[in-house]
Amino acid sequence: MSTTTVQDLAEQKYKYGFTTDIAMEEFPRGLNEDIIRLISAKKNEPEWMLEWRLKAYAAWLTMEEPDWARIHHPPIEYQALYYYAAPAKAAPKSLEEVDPELLKTYEKLGIPLNERAALAGVAVDAVFDSVSVATTFRETLAKAGVIFCPISEAVREHPELVRQYLGSVVPVRDNYFAALNSAVFSDGSFVYVPKGVRCPMELSTYFRINARNTGQFERTLIIADEAASVSYLEGCTAPMRDENQLHAAVVELVALDEAKIKYSTVQNWYPGDAEGKGGIYNFVTKRGACRGRNSKISWTQVETGSAITWKYPSCVLQGDGSVGEFYSVAVTNNYQQADTGTKMIHLGKNTTSTIISKGISAGHSDNTYRGLVRIAASASGARNYTQCDSLLIGDQCGAHTVPYIESRNTSAKVEHEATTSKIAEDQLFYCRSRGLSQEDAVGLIVNGFCKDVLKELPMEFAVEAQKLLSVSLEGSVG
Amino acid sequence: MTALPTKKLEAWRYTDLRPLSGISFVAPPVGAAPALPDLGLPRLVFLNGVFNAALSSPFAFARGFAPVAEDSALPLAQINAEQAHDGATLHVPAGVDAGTVLLISHATGDVPFAFHLRHRITLGEGARLTVLEIAKGEGIYWHNPVTDITLAANAALTHIRVQEESRAAYSLATIRASVAASASYEHFTATIGGQLSRTEIHAALTGPGALAHLNAAQLLNGTQHGDFTTVVAHKAPGCASRQTVKSVLADTARGVFQGRIEVARGAQQTDGFQLSQALLLSPGAEMDTKPELEIFADDVKCSHGATVGALDEEQLFYLRSRGIPEAQARAMLIRAFLEAALEPVTQKEARTLLEAAINNWWVQP
Amino acid sequence: MLEIKNLHARIGEKEILRGVNLTVPDGEIHAIMGPNGAGKSTLSYVLSGRDGYEVTEGEVIYNGQNILDLPPEDRAAAGIFLAFQYPVELPGVGNANFLRTALNAVRRKRGQEELDAVAFLKLARAAVKSLHMKEDFLKRNVNVGFSGGEKKRNEMLQMALLKPGLAILDETDSGLDIDALKIVAEGVNALRAPDFSALVITHYQRLLDHIVPDVVHVLAAGRIVRSGPKELALELEARGYAGLEAA
Repeated sequence: MSTTTVQDLAEQKYKYGFTTDIAMEEFPRGLNEDIIRLISAKKNEPEWMLEWRLKAYAAWLTMEEPDWARIHHPPIEYQALYYYAAPAKAAPKSLEEVDPELLKTYEKLGIPLNERAALAGVAVDAVFDSVSVATTFRETLAKAGVIFCPISEAVREHPELVRQYLGSVVPVRDNYFAALNSAVFSDGSFVYVPKGVRCPMELSTYFRINARNTGQFERTLIIADEAASVSYLEGCTAPMRDENQLHAAVVELVALDEAKIKYSTVQNWYPGDAEGKGGIYNFVTKRGACRGRNSKISWTQVETGSAITWKYPSCVLQGDGSVGEFYSVAVTNNYQQADTGTKMIHLGKNTTSTIISKGISAGHSDNTYRGLVRIAASASGARNYTQCDSLLIGDQCGAHTVPYIESRNTSAKVEHEATTSKIAEDQLFYCRSRGLSQEDAVGLIVNGFCKDVLKELPMEFAVEAQKLLSVSLEGSVG
Repeated sequence: MTALPTKKLEAWRYTDLRPLSGISFVAPPVGAAPALPDLGLPRLVFLNGVFNAALSSPFAFARGFAPVAEDSALPLAQINAEQAHDGATLHVPAGVDAGTVLLISHATGDVPFAFHLRHRITLGEGARLTVLEIAKGEGIYWHNPVTDITLAANAALTHIRVQEESRAAYSLATIRASVAASASYEHFTATIGGQLSRTEIHAALTGPGALAHLNAAQLLNGTQHGDFTTVVAHKAPGCASRQTVKSVLADTARGVFQGRIEVARGAQQTDGFQLSQALLLSPGAEMDTKPELEIFADDVKCSHGATVGALDEEQLFYLRSRGIPEAQARAMLIRAFLEAALEPVTQKEARTLLEAAINNWWVQP
Repeated sequence: MLEIKNLHARIGEKEILRGVNLTVPDGEIHAIMGPNGAGKSTLSYVLSGRDGYEVTEGEVIYNGQNILDLPPEDRAAAGIFLAFQYPVELPGVGNANFLRTALNAVRRKRGQEELDAVAFLKLARAAVKSLHMKEDFLKRNVNVGFSGGEKKRNEMLQMALLKPGLAILDETDSGLDIDALKIVAEGVNALRAPDFSALVITHYQRLLDHIVPDVVHVLAAGRIVRSGPKELALELEARGYAGLEAA
């Protein structure tokens, strides 16, 4: 990367911080059964869906916000939030009907929704605040038998699939934020790849929070039937605002026999300013179930945004020979707090999991890896390898590693390694003596530190992610 | 009495004290004098938690017990403070090398009883001492000792513990060490006895160049539960800590290692290392490991490693192909597995005791 | 004398040996050559009793005893020694302790008196010297941090001490330079005697320049497809293994 590029990027700071001025429909603030009924009615949902939501709401009322993560924030005022916000115009039936303001917004974000201008080979579902505003390439996908649509549509059009799988990986009562999401989720993506089908293109959802004081609660459900495979990308941005905003999503993945799901995230919600003001509170539950034999679920995440990240994409390895992977880069700068990691639950025989986590802390931030590897007594021949490395930049930040390793099978093999280090002076000097600026050198070394994770990303995202890393660390080295 | 900790506390998530709370422990009966090994070392002997002068050979640096005030976040230390009525107080003045001393606890009784020894070890500047601690017993009892250690600058304490308590005993030891500049605390615990046992060490490295080695070997079988929990706080620059914990688990035994390295803001040039390795010898055995790093300084080198697995079949075959019978080959590999944790124990008597205790383990039922 | 009769063996579902017949009389050295995947290593593991190989048919008679039911340690005591292609590392196990434990276990089973520490060290030091090894060899952990050549020397040291009646060299020459190759050859040649035989498994001819075999066998697709005098090795070197399966 040339010096000018880094400087350009650095000057842009958070380049997605603009707002879209568009007429919005919002429900009143606060949460109660009536709001949930309103959301459900707005979506024309069948009765079973409303009941499911109400059950989740009742459960949520009895639960408490978890306090075990290494994060600190003022209490979240759940009754002060809006739980539904959507562009006021009726849902468009085709791309031609999408509000030009919205198309412009996504163009500015680098996600053209016009299929001719779109990224080659990537189908996009664009979620704007509480609703999906456009899904591209649906016909191409339909030819292959792949269903890719807003989940609100799937509830109406494919109720048998939704009823079978929704909440089957992340139960309603799983945790406080998952229960909340189950009660109020407004949209998100639904993917079903039928038996034996390799999804012909990358699927992608682009999440955008725009409205003020609005919580975003999207729900994603991806099912890969026997011997199916799919690669899914997720991107997220939000405007710069002084107040914190809540994002509590749930993602469920189901892989049947021999199926493969690759899920990649570049999370770039607004992180707050250099003084720690504003930014998204990102409380997300992501879990995949490798139900079938020899199935595989692979999570890759690059986490650079959000004021708070609380997120543990996990794999339940039920099928014999199934494989779980977690590749993560988490960067925190200024006053960001990230508590992220994974759970690998080995139940089936000869299941394997790999965890590669790279945490980079700078400024006054705190960055925690928290992970669980559990080998059940039934998981004969299970294997896990975990490597988590932390890099500290500056002496005011914190880096923490909290792994839990529970093994109950004598034939299983678990290996865990963790290191903490800083960028070595001699590495920096070496780069600079070859003509690189301090910031270029840091960018280069950090990208090298993250290489094992970045190489797991699809090409289009890898370049974006590399740039993001440099921008996120802007101003972190003197 | 202060309540026992429950599994809801993060520090106790893997060790459940409910079996303990179901037993009504009485005050300790008068202990019977056991046959004690003669190692030719000065020794302090406690029978059922009471100092026994006849069996002891008091030495110049031992003092009597004094009650302590305590306001601890550690429930077991708090209970100890409320209940303790005896213990060893060792004070080695500056510059003195006090050699090696034995600290023996022996417990026997017909009904469940509890005792809470409170030991204090203080070393002045440049002082040196080796404490060899042996805990043995028979029957059901709860041994809840607390040892507070203060090491002044350049002092060196070697602390070797051989825990061979009764197989029906509950042994929950808390050790707190404060280590000043360039002082060193070398610790080794062999956990062999006890139905349910835990060694919890809090070591604070308070001055530049302080050093802590916290090593352990847990050899457990039957339904034993053994827990080795450590917190090393690096509070000054240039300190080093090393931990090597090896667990060998047979039958349905369960081993726990929780280790936390804390590096405070400003504790630059910290060198922290932690290794936990476990061998599961039987299908019912379980190991729970939680090695933790909590780091607030950037110029540090901290790492941990953890492995859980079975004996290496390749190695076993290699030994057998050279004529070594299977049982002996297994014993050799287990002994080799423990070597890295045992290696720093160089004191002759300590080494002899440990080797005997380990060899004894193979022949246990 | 070693007699292998119609030996069939498999790993899991895969049949590797498909009827091996081979006789090695006392005092002779036989070479087994063959392409990769022919079953050479499987044969050496089946002879020495490694788990994971299932013998489905046939027998292996050594000095009149069917050894297939014996555990590996009893085969070692009976005089069978496998020199590993990749000697295993044993961290934490000292070489001297390992050698003495093995030697005494074997001696006990052979009805010989066990050696005390002093007698053993004398013997071991002499062996170390004759193999041109440094004495610190005995103090190091078994094979840990050894170079490829050192590992092979360590195998020869073990062989010299355990004095087997049948040595099986499993591609012992792989990755060795010429000096190390000579050491392996010297180790085997030094044991040559009317009651010693050896099975030298190798992919290449060059080891056989130094350990001259009495008979060369070609193993292909799990069977001995050709046997002949030592010149057969040269022929194979020149013409390759192609077409042998059909022979």
